Amino acid sequence: MNNIHDLTETAKPSASNGGIAPDPQHPEKIGVRDLNFFYGEYQALKDINISIPDRRVTAFIGPSGCGKSTLLRTMNRIYNMYPGQRAEGAIMVDGENILAQRDLTDLRSKIGMVFQKPTPFPMSIYENVAFGIRLYEKLGKTELEERVVWALKRVALWNEVKDKLQQPGTGLSGGQQQRLCVARAVAVKPEILLMDEPASALDPISTAKLEELMEELREDYCIVIVTHNMQQAARAADFTAFMYLGELVEFGPSEQIFTTPANERTRDYVTGRFG
Amino acid sequence: MNRQVVKRRHRRDSFMTALSLVMTGIVLFTLGSILFTLIWNGLQAIRPSLFLESTPPPGSEGGLANAIVGSLMMTGLGILIATPVGIFTGTFLAEYGRHNRLAEIVRFVNDILLSPPSIIIGLFVYGIVVIGMGHFSGWAGVIALAVIAVPIIIRTTEDMLSLVPDALREAGAALGTPRWMVITRISYRAAFQGMLTGILLAVARVSGETAPLLFTALNNQFWSTNLNAPLANLPVVIFQFAMSPYDDWRSLAWGGALLITTAVLVLNIAARLTTSKKA
Repeated sequence: MNNIHDLTETAKPSASNGGIAPDPQHPEKIGVRDLNFFYGEYQALKDINISIPDRRVTAFIGPSGCGKSTLLRTMNRIYNMYPGQRAEGAIMVDGENILAQRDLTDLRSKIGMVFQKPTPFPMSIYENVAFGIRLYEKLGKTELEERVVWALKRVALWNEVKDKLQQPGTGLSGGQQQRLCVARAVAVKPEILLMDEPASALDPISTAKLEELMEELREDYCIVIVTHNMQQAARAADFTAFMYLGELVEFGPSEQIFTTPANERTRDYVTGRFG
Repeated sequence: MNRQVVKRRHRRDSFMTALSLVMTGIVLFTLGSILFTLIWNGLQAIRPSLFLESTPPPGSEGGLANAIVGSLMMTGLGILIATPVGIFTGTFLAEYGRHNRLAEIVRFVNDILLSPPSIIIGLFVYGIVVIGMGHFSGWAGVIALAVIAVPIIIRTTEDMLSLVPDALREAGAALGTPRWMVITRISYRAAFQGMLTGILLAVARVSGETAPLLFTALNNQFWSTNLNAPLANLPVVIFQFAMSPYDDWRSLAWGGALLITTAVLVLNIAARLTTSKKA
């Protein structure tokens, strides 16, 4: 505990360049620069620098309260809903600092989010998916239907719900509800998907399905996932960032983080010695 | 475990069970006898003329038609005024002003408004509207009933909206939904049943109010739907007729009481059905 600051100091160089070699196939999609985040007086994130590649899955791991969810919640500025929460620094998405962006609606059409607990809206399955589409596009009835079907197929939910599109979304199982939420996010054609512990309320089979889905979606989206489950990060993520006490300790390819971490703190965490 | 201890706990358990059963029995018996008396006396007054004729002078035939219509008008209009005020204020408290100072004050004031004896509301409206207009009127009654209904609707609206999980609001916002749409399309939809229940309960509450109407709408012996004049209504007719020395008046009072009770009962059941349908 006493030398945590030393540890994070040494981790900084590798964190500032993202810890990964630039890859023309997967260029930076989200670039976090010197990000500090505050809940009122309390500083929850300290000088975060991370470069998140496009069309890959990046996982944030770390013990409770380490700031991984907070970091995720800065990326679509959902924290803006709550007065007293503020971010300093920059988050570059496609060369634009989203922390300075005025139009949140536009921003959020590009960045979808899936939450810890499934959050189907109190309306039918069809309406759940159509809801977001209607916000941005004036589609005709058939086009809208096609898009809804496309989104439901994209998340492999179509076969399970095609006969009950008019039933309430809340009537589905937890895993189905979560995939419905992914479909709702995907339906507006975002470029980035943020997932905040999306499997923590799901049973193992639903979790496996969700991971399969992520595996498939990463071909088209930049996916960022927060997870408590290290096996999940190791299985599903191409890159993993380990966070501790509001700082980014280490970031690199998942394989490296889980087998040969450079940082002692990371090693202790991934081998289950604390956290 | 010690056998003595177990025995003592069993004894205490049966004692407490018996006590709650007896107390529940007392409550049920009281309620049962009220309802029985009401139905027994009330049913004798229920005949077509009750709904077709206006309140009679002592000693002649008549009904409660004018009072029924007056009550429906004042309750309906009162709720019509109170509903938007209550829902918008409740929305402000639950959605916009959660942590701000103004909301805290409004919430506090509203809690106070929930509890004063309704006669005080009657006196207040008397002082402002009746004296202002120079005479008793149906409108004054409408306003008094609205003032009683508003805090109930504010409270239930706020409570029901507060039950909508923030995760749902965040999910809406994360899609890029503007705030007003998150409220109208998501929060309201999620809380709809509960908010409707609040309105139904407010109707049930004001439809039996007597004291505020005594000072405002007063009463009217004759058929009238003029809201600018005194207006007949069931609670005040019951109040006057029940204490009269005339048998036919007292019988009509029982009939009116049965009508109100039935209406309130139906509203409560309706409120219950709307909430249970969701769950």
